[in-house]
Amino acid sequence: MARQAYVSLGELISHALARLIEGVTHSPPYLWSQRWLRQRGVRGRGLVIGVPYLWSLLFFAIPFVIVLKIAFSETQLAMPPYAPLIEWLGEQALAIKLHFANFTFLLKDPLYTRAYMTSLEIASVSTVFCLLIGYPMAYGIARATPAWRNVLLMMVVLPFWTSFLLRVYAWIGLLRSNGVINNVLMALGIIDHPLVMLQTDFAVYIGIVYSYLPFMVLPLYANLEKMDLTLLEAAADLGCRPTRAFFRITLPLSMSGIIAGAMLVFIPAVGEFVIPSLLGGPDSLMIGKVLWNEFFNNRDWPVASAVAIAMLVLLVVPIMVFQYFQGRQMTAHR
Amino acid sequence: MANANPEKKIEPWNDPHATPYVRIERMTKKFGDFVAVNDVSLNIYQREIFCLLGGSGCGKTTLLRMLAGFEVPTSGTVFIDGEDMAGIPPYERPVNMMFQSYALFPHMTVEKQVGFGLEQEGLPRADIRKRVGDMLEIVKMTPYAKRKPHQLSGGQRQRVALARSLVKRPKLLLLDEPLGALDRKLREHTQFELVNIQERLGVTFVVVTHDQEESMTLASRIGVMNHGEIVQVGTPTDIYEYPNSRFVADFIGSVNMFEGRLIEDEPDHVRIESGELGGTFFIDHGVSAPPGGTVWVALRPEKIALSREAPLGNENRARATVKEIAYMGDLSIYLTQLTSGKIVRVTQPNTVRHPEDRITWDEQVYLHWHPSSGVVVTQ
Amino acid sequence: MQRRSFFVLTMLAFGFAFLYIPILSMIVFSFNVSKLVTVWGGFSTKWYAALFHDAQMLNSAQLSIKIASLNATGAVILGTVAGLVLARFGNFKGRTLLSGMTTAPLVMPEVITGLSLLLLFVAMEQAFGWPQGRGVTTITLAHITFSMAYVTVVVQSRLTTFDEALEEAAMDLGARPAKVFFVITLPIILPAIISGWLLAFTLSWDDLVITSFVSGPGSTTLPMLIFSKVRLGVSPDINALATILVSIVTVGIVASALWMQRQERIRQRDVQMALAANE
Repeated sequence: MARQAYVSLGELISHALARLIEGVTHSPPYLWSQRWLRQRGVRGRGLVIGVPYLWSLLFFAIPFVIVLKIAFSETQLAMPPYAPLIEWLGEQALAIKLHFANFTFLLKDPLYTRAYMTSLEIASVSTVFCLLIGYPMAYGIARATPAWRNVLLMMVVLPFWTSFLLRVYAWIGLLRSNGVINNVLMALGIIDHPLVMLQTDFAVYIGIVYSYLPFMVLPLYANLEKMDLTLLEAAADLGCRPTRAFFRITLPLSMSGIIAGAMLVFIPAVGEFVIPSLLGGPDSLMIGKVLWNEFFNNRDWPVASAVAIAMLVLLVVPIMVFQYFQGRQMTAHR
Repeated sequence: MANANPEKKIEPWNDPHATPYVRIERMTKKFGDFVAVNDVSLNIYQREIFCLLGGSGCGKTTLLRMLAGFEVPTSGTVFIDGEDMAGIPPYERPVNMMFQSYALFPHMTVEKQVGFGLEQEGLPRADIRKRVGDMLEIVKMTPYAKRKPHQLSGGQRQRVALARSLVKRPKLLLLDEPLGALDRKLREHTQFELVNIQERLGVTFVVVTHDQEESMTLASRIGVMNHGEIVQVGTPTDIYEYPNSRFVADFIGSVNMFEGRLIEDEPDHVRIESGELGGTFFIDHGVSAPPGGTVWVALRPEKIALSREAPLGNENRARATVKEIAYMGDLSIYLTQLTSGKIVRVTQPNTVRHPEDRITWDEQVYLHWHPSSGVVVTQ
Repeated sequence: MQRRSFFVLTMLAFGFAFLYIPILSMIVFSFNVSKLVTVWGGFSTKWYAALFHDAQMLNSAQLSIKIASLNATGAVILGTVAGLVLARFGNFKGRTLLSGMTTAPLVMPEVITGLSLLLLFVAMEQAFGWPQGRGVTTITLAHITFSMAYVTVVVQSRLTTFDEALEEAAMDLGARPAKVFFVITLPIILPAIISGWLLAFTLSWDDLVITSFVSGPGSTTLPMLIFSKVRLGVSPDINALATILVSIVTVGIVASALWMQRQERIRQRDVQMALAANE
């Protein structure tokens, strides 16, 4: 009934689409343009590759070059607030004024070094916690019966689809002085006065682990679900106890999932802004917050750019590690 | 098998005036350093069923894919009906392929699938409908026209795949392990059906398979492949009775191999002394082999007779002890051991029910065979 | 593997509790009449009413939805092409660069992407005069750039599990590559594309950091509005908004799960019918 209608609608659409394509691909202007392009050595394949390529180059790669350029320029009270990098000095001569001061400023001011260190520290510790909580969860879901598995998976995916911002906001309500946790603890008589939890590094840790947990569970689950269970049966048959089998077989095999998940948490966590801004205090120094302040509050675009470049340099290796393992996960499907 | 009626027996490969329909000339395919197909040349004639036979990794599927246009040869050429196929993509070749997995489009009904190829040719609706209808009749799938692939069984899917590739009336049909996914009974039945359809439509088939029984049933000629090369080409009889190497002899059916030395080499007969046999072979035809060199004699199990009484003569015979007997219903397989220790496999048809004095385990028997039974192989 | 480990079960329970308690607390307190949010005063739905009368809230929601839809459509088109290219076009020149560029946004910190895109738009405005000012256009372009990465991954992963023999069979029957894509590949990977669309929509709808960098006066999206409110502390109408959102997502997920289960059951029935008929 409804399904038939859906199916016939789908067929109708694909028929119409097919006929539309027929019309276009047999029309004179299309055929003419094909010939024109082919004469110039541009074949269909090249065009198809070209479209996302050009977009990514323009909107992803080139901006980084611009950031790099501006990191080397001077702050100016103008719009945009930076001095031009390349100037004409009369005829045919270009002067490129490289202003290294931004970078030396970063290195000299202890605020920045501390912020970088704190960010790396918080991100790493959070990643470890995500792993400690997320791995058993992913394992439990992967080994559950199919009926349960779907339900559990849905329950992990639901927070993932809910607003990141609002979920972080939820913790404000929980961690406040007159928030839920304090109220409950006081009502139970466990504490006398409220614990200070909000506006602390502790809150930032909780916020990051909480928000990024699904990012750890999902790739781990995908990896564990594909594992051949007969390997464990073979191990048991050869006299290996379950716990040992886990450490000698399951864990190593899930390594690429662990690394992909870890990178998926660590790298964005380093540059996280929302969580330290809402849950952290004025002295929770994370580099994302620093960059934001430099840009929006100080209007210092060159320094903000320098901060961004320094962050990129720190993260280049983890990003390459991620891409390598992500690629491995992709080809493992074949 | 392909040509049942002896009057109609055509053997274009023996006719010097016949032009091959498919000419493969020195085709090579390399994947990096790995040579999948090595300098293969082949002539395939119209209305043949040509089987490429070999184990996994021998290059047969790669060769097939090059004919279809899905792989570009590293070197060499393919001519189909006189046309050079270099640079011609699969959708422009007069060739169709039936895939091992059938590759049926999951979102189309049987009718749509079979008509897909005709739609690409731009035929009018009415024509397409008629041809699809006719083809479905031929493969006996008319009642299932509106079904989708997941609603069909394995054998039905195979017939749809066949219909889909034949409806375009291709000059050449390539089949990749067509019977692999079917169970034994269905396979036998489908083998005969395939041959019937081929004869009816007059299409040239090239079949890839690793199953030598399948190739013997289907093929008009077989090309045995090993490590990317064609080792022997011939009719099923040629391949079975006159293998040109140990590999081919061993690959097709079962065979007993005896190593020996040529002691007498005449144009009409040879004598081979074999330590393994513990005696001499007398072969009633001449062979070309270096004198005094090592040769092998291939003896098929069904060509050996078992008896309790000693046969006449002292050549082409041996004493043996029956070690194992396997009863297969239509025949029995005996594994017998010679005094040299070699195990010889003998098959005998079970022509009589419950013979009282059937040969049994541990009996001492004589093995003997006709002078024409042994095939001498030099490589 | 039937013995379920006690440890694993406890971790599962703890993990899900951890995930859901904040969400549940938000929902509960959205019905709290007290403005103090976490101190229970009584049941009330007044905050929901307040939400629907808040013009600013409604406008920014509308803007967010508009941008998210444009973004999702654009991201799906570009991402599907990119996924197709990476999965099917083999090792072409520049493949590593394309692969890197399309998957890096998955992990890149948003402050970096946001800053870089803003600087690009400013430079473009200086050089070509377009885009003029920051607003819906710049936000949409920025969102497409990072959502595209997610769609690429989803589509690429679906295509690698897709049987290439189907595409080869279609080509063998005479269809040119473009036709094969639209008539064979696309209908079959459609579910992946739809989930890619939804993913891109959600990411855009919810984005704060990148949007803040590239937006201009008059283009305040919902997340920007929420952020400015919650910086100052809790706000009960935000709780109401959160509850509405969670409900929509829950209904969506449950509905799609039920629908997929039904499809699977019908399919199983068909397969069994086919097997039985051929006995």
